[in-house]
Amino acid sequence: MEATTTEPKNMGNWLATNIGRLLISLLVPILTFLVLWQGFVFLRDSQAPQIVIVVTAILWGVGGVAALYAVSNWLVEKLPREWAGRLQPFVFIGPGVAILFWFLAIPAIRTLMLSFRSATGTGFVGFDNYKFAFTDRIMLEAFRNNLLWMVFGTFFCVSLGLVIAVLADRSNYESIYKAIIFMPMAISFVGAGVIWKFIYTYKGEGAGISEIGLLNAIVLALGGQSQPWLSQPPLNNFFLIVIMVWLQTGFAMVIISSAIKGIPAELLEAARIDGANEFQTFFRIIIPTIQGTLLTVTTTILIFSLKLFDIVRVMTGGNNGTNVIANEFYLERFTYGNAGRASAIAIVLLVAVIPVMIYNLRQFRESRAF
Amino acid sequence: MKNKSILWSMLSIAVLASMILAACAPATEAPATEAPATEMPATEAPATEMPATEAPATEAPAAMAQGQEINDAYAGMYKGTVVTMTGPFTDNDAVKFDASVKAFEDATGIDIQYTGSKEFEASIRVAVEGGSAPDIVDFPQPGLLANFAAEGKVVDLTDIVNADWLKENYIQSWLDMGTMEGPNGPILAGVWGRANVKSIVFYPKKAFDEAGYTIPATWDELMALTEQIASDGDAPWCIGIESGAATGWPMTDWIEDAMLRTTSPENYDKWVKGELKFDSPEVRNALKYVTDIWFNDAYVFGGRDAIGTTNFGDAPKPMFDNPPKCWLHRQGDFIQTFFPEGLEPGVDYDFFYLPPIDESLGKPVLGGGDIYAMFNDRPESRAVIQFFASAESVKGWVEAGGTISPHNDSSLDWYKDPVTRKLAEILKNATTFRFDASDLMPGAVGAGSFWKSMTDFVSGSIDEDTALKQIDDSWPK
Repeated sequence: MEATTTEPKNMGNWLATNIGRLLISLLVPILTFLVLWQGFVFLRDSQAPQIVIVVTAILWGVGGVAALYAVSNWLVEKLPREWAGRLQPFVFIGPGVAILFWFLAIPAIRTLMLSFRSATGTGFVGFDNYKFAFTDRIMLEAFRNNLLWMVFGTFFCVSLGLVIAVLADRSNYESIYKAIIFMPMAISFVGAGVIWKFIYTYKGEGAGISEIGLLNAIVLALGGQSQPWLSQPPLNNFFLIVIMVWLQTGFAMVIISSAIKGIPAELLEAARIDGANEFQTFFRIIIPTIQGTLLTVTTTILIFSLKLFDIVRVMTGGNNGTNVIANEFYLERFTYGNAGRASAIAIVLLVAVIPVMIYNLRQFRESRAF
Repeated sequence: MKNKSILWSMLSIAVLASMILAACAPATEAPATEAPATEMPATEAPATEMPATEAPATEAPAAMAQGQEINDAYAGMYKGTVVTMTGPFTDNDAVKFDASVKAFEDATGIDIQYTGSKEFEASIRVAVEGGSAPDIVDFPQPGLLANFAAEGKVVDLTDIVNADWLKENYIQSWLDMGTMEGPNGPILAGVWGRANVKSIVFYPKKAFDEAGYTIPATWDELMALTEQIASDGDAPWCIGIESGAATGWPMTDWIEDAMLRTTSPENYDKWVKGELKFDSPEVRNALKYVTDIWFNDAYVFGGRDAIGTTNFGDAPKPMFDNPPKCWLHRQGDFIQTFFPEGLEPGVDYDFFYLPPIDESLGKPVLGGGDIYAMFNDRPESRAVIQFFASAESVKGWVEAGGTISPHNDSSLDWYKDPVTRKLAEILKNATTFRFDASDLMPGAVGAGSFWKSMTDFVSGSIDEDTALKQIDDSWPK
């Protein structure tokens, strides 16, 4: 600001423009900020009815971001082209990067630090929490179950998705079949849990008891005996995995189906002319061609099964040998209040997901999804 | 000139950026402005000591002896203020709660906003650690509250609720149970607002009398009755332990009742503290009395396998089929809320005291209660917590049925139905009263491994040795 006083000529005119500039360049940001700050203060302290607060929060949140962006963009555009070009990217990605850092990187580092601390996060305990994570009976059980989810859940999702995609491709009613298979995708995991809880319901045996669960009704109709499906380990894990397959097959199917449609017709035709039967075409032409897509789908569902939580939480709460890592993390953190152990489990889970994630991203890049 | 304009624009961008950054700072400043509020107790402390000795047990709310703030509240000084509350009771119970504090709200103008949550155990931790704890929290598990007290998150009520009043209005065991270890020594972490009795067995009275069954006075008679009902072709017991994320807790109540009836109260206290292992002859012995009933498919409605899949709230319902499909249901008094509508207590159903096993141990009673703790120290929340220390705060709920007042200034006349009055009498006549052990144990055991291991044990996923060892291992060191 001192620099302004050194200009000697045409003082009046010069001052007017520059003071104007100064005012604008200071006032606009300050005004924007003040408006946003007032909004924040209002939201924080207000005793207004809830509906008013909700509406204001939405307006303030969405409008505030838009205003902030518009103002900074407007200011940057005022700059000469060379500088605008340099700064504009930051206006666009800066907030994103900042938010990512704030909400992702910092918590991850904090979790890592907490994982070496005691239950309340006060004392340093070294690797005790990790020792627990890798030796406790419940944790080992959770690892085993996650492995079951990863292997069987992923296998059935992808293979069923592939088979259905290929078969539906040749059907006259493709869109109807695909819509039916895809439909469960629209249901939340918790919602699916409620549905399947009815299917697996068990009322017990004895005088005057009638089963209301679908699965037990079927078993009884076939002359079998009703079973408490969800309390018989290790089989109950598979009954839970079925739910994920039901939900996620649609996802696999849709992506694989679009890849199959992308296979050049000449390629298939050429194979058939050369005398390949349907199985040979499937295994030697179709699968290798869509290999990239298959891997992407597989890794996506793999990550999914590693992080799996909702189904187990809703259906069994992790009882009867169905615990998974994410659920044990939740219990340690929120029920037992053991921040140290919970953080260690979270870090283990994070480390387990990272390689799959990297592979997954690489696949995405190859298929130019990015 | 051109360079200057760049300078201006850059400057303004810098201003904007720095202001956004600055916006993060007030978050840390905020507590500073609140600090004076927490300093207030120091100056007010003498004031609360004033009405100490005068007329404690009188029922007239004219001069409240609990503390200064409640008198101020009745004088209308906190009109228009809001006190937020949370707790585990929802639906029907939340309505009864609202009804029981309504008179206080009308008289003082303080708005008590209660929000119940079924995932209370988890959500309260998030709220407290996120710095947005409600003003007052209802804990059904003192163990969970003890965790917060140890972390220094709970306001010490020692100087907030008059000590003489507390001594007058509660029996000592309640006060002992409300005193918890804080970061700087023991604090009064909360006051008891509601009590319940768990050592009781419900039965469908009409059908029970018609069938010619008699109420057992000893454990042997209870087992004889069980056998009699079973040989009549019915399942004697209705048992269900499914409770979402809390599955398993009803079994812990059974084991605690068996503990109180087979070993000394001192051993029970040691067991609660973790000094007596689960893997000990005492606990194994108690567990055997439970499994003798539970694991006999002829004794349980639906058989052993159905225990883990039956919701605790649905469990008693077959008792009210015509004819009853099961006849006995051991559960806390609160379960009446889950009974089908239109049943008349004392006519359609009644209960008896779960008989003693070892007669020399007298008549122990297992119970529980809800403790109110304060997280934000403001005059109006002080007034509300002082209010909860008096029977007046649950009068409405008591009259509506479904709860018992732990306060000495309550009256047996408030209990409209004979069943609840009988409960209140059982509570008064108990030779030993002990709190639900799983609610007192650390969260990792009392709301964790004890529930889970027993659930797995009942379904047969793990055997007794694994279950007991697993609970012992989970005890925080």
